[in-house]
Amino acid sequence: MTDVLIVGAGPAGIRAAETLAAAGVKPVVVDEAERGGGQIYRRPPDGFSRPGRKLYGSEAGKAADLHRVFDALVAEGRVRHLPRSSVLGLYRGQAQVLGPDGVESLHHDRLILATGASDRLAPVPGWQSAGVYSLGAAQIALKSQGVAIGRRVVLAGTGPLLTLVAAQYRAAGASVEAVLDTAGLSTQLAGGLRMAAARPRVTARGLAMRARLGGTYRAGVRLDGIDAGAEGELELSWRDGRGGAHRTACDAVAMGWHLRSETALADLAGVPFDWSDTWAQWLPRADEMGRAGGGVYLAGDGLSILGADGAEIAGRLAAIACLADLGLSAPDPLRDLRRMRRMRRFADGIARAFPWPARAVRALPDEAVLCRCEGITAGELRAALPGSGQDANRAKSVTRVGMGRCQGRFCQLAGAEIMAGACGVGPERMGRLRAQPPVRPASIEALAEPRGS
Amino acid sequence: MSRFVRLAEQERPTVRFRFDGEDLSALVGDTVLTAVLCARDHLRPAEFGSERRAGFCLMGACQDCWLWQEGGARLRACTTPVAEGMRLRSTAPMSWPERSE
Ligand code: FES
Repeated sequence: MTDVLIVGAGPAGIRAAETLAAAGVKPVVVDEAERGGGQIYRRPPDGFSRPGRKLYGSEAGKAADLHRVFDALVAEGRVRHLPRSSVLGLYRGQAQVLGPDGVESLHHDRLILATGASDRLAPVPGWQSAGVYSLGAAQIALKSQGVAIGRRVVLAGTGPLLTLVAAQYRAAGASVEAVLDTAGLSTQLAGGLRMAAARPRVTARGLAMRARLGGTYRAGVRLDGIDAGAEGELELSWRDGRGGAHRTACDAVAMGWHLRSETALADLAGVPFDWSDTWAQWLPRADEMGRAGGGVYLAGDGLSILGADGAEIAGRLAAIACLADLGLSAPDPLRDLRRMRRMRRFADGIARAFPWPARAVRALPDEAVLCRCEGITAGELRAALPGSGQDANRAKSVTRVGMGRCQGRFCQLAGAEIMAGACGVGPERMGRLRAQPPVRPASIEALAEPRGS
Repeated sequence: MSRFVRLAEQERPTVRFRFDGEDLSALVGDTVLTAVLCARDHLRPAEFGSERRAGFCLMGACQDCWLWQEGGARLRACTTPVAEGMRLRSTAPMSWPERSE
């Protein structure tokens, strides 16, 4: 029987597994969490009691359905689930999987990558301070631990998550001091019209959520810096749309500029990439079904950032493509393909409404830390340009930007933007940082003594 | 001072653990990161700067939140559940690296 490996048990991975199982194929699903659901429909640990309505809001029904489907597949033995496990590397049809008991090598004929996305981060001077988090982190803290990241929280950046986290924090009783959106209202309007044309109800829900934030929400701001005091307190300096300077005292800041696809495994699997101007990032290349060639399929936010609803559809499509390529009978994808096009138009509107802050990143002061892992500054990267040339990979070996423990996840887009700014060209000209195994840290022991060896 | 504030799910049983030689308590189901930051404003000193660190992504992606156990093993605080009797440190014990996990 053919071995199909699915990486990720979020909306895309679950729907892919379900579709394969319905056709009689039993896939292996590797996921870093204890229980399936992914980031957006992440489940709290055992012993937590908040109902789905509290955790997932208007999406509670979808979350419950995905959880039920996945748990049933696992319980009935139609899917082999490897929880708390990460794929470290891919090589010639083998995946090195690090789980609670060490590293296991898994053979696969077909690979479906549903690796999701994480926050797209732009550095702000002082962002290396304790108490500064990603927006995703702020949400995880509340959803899966029942805690707020601070007593007085500032949320900054742009994207749907900014408004959503603000609304969730307020609903939970946290004190949100300010919600600072770097996207101006006219930019948001231009993208918002496309969003509304594609998915009017979802867009209206977002607007209503935003309206309830009232005066704490400010659009078109510039973030100048974060100062940390001796007692762990923070102060965020920012400018409003008219240039007026403000300082907001707080003890936690969460920031993010929409999302960045998690593509390291696609890279290791040999999938080609293209620069996307709309998304201001490199995205893997695949056909409409998610077929990337060589037995590799991509689905969900790790392919293109369509959100949870789009990910469910993409997961089904990738599995259908996989089944068809195996010569097995597969459901008709036509309806899903049509819905997918609508999701793409909506996502395209989001990308335009909440853009990457290229200008602010290019203007980052020399002394600002760019690489949080190793404290490397924007100035160090600029100073290395004569040696590195317009090449992100060379700049990485010269300055170590992108080489730290996060493996460039949170600095590579900003790094390329800073280099491009200094050269007066677009960031795509810097090339793409290549992913290196292991894509998650693993001890030498775990790698040296694979299980069963 | 603590960094994090508990807003919900406070009916869980208590867990006791040690952090830098001090006895602290947390709740069953807390990650090590939650457990420490509900009592402290940071996890550890930064190794490449003068600031302190308190995690960043909370999803196992940034590796900002590694702590030490007194025995010498390291753990990623945001993905490791706190357990009764854990003995944790913000910096490496003298004898490292004995063993890493
Ligand atoms: S906070 Fe990022 S890995 Fe733990």
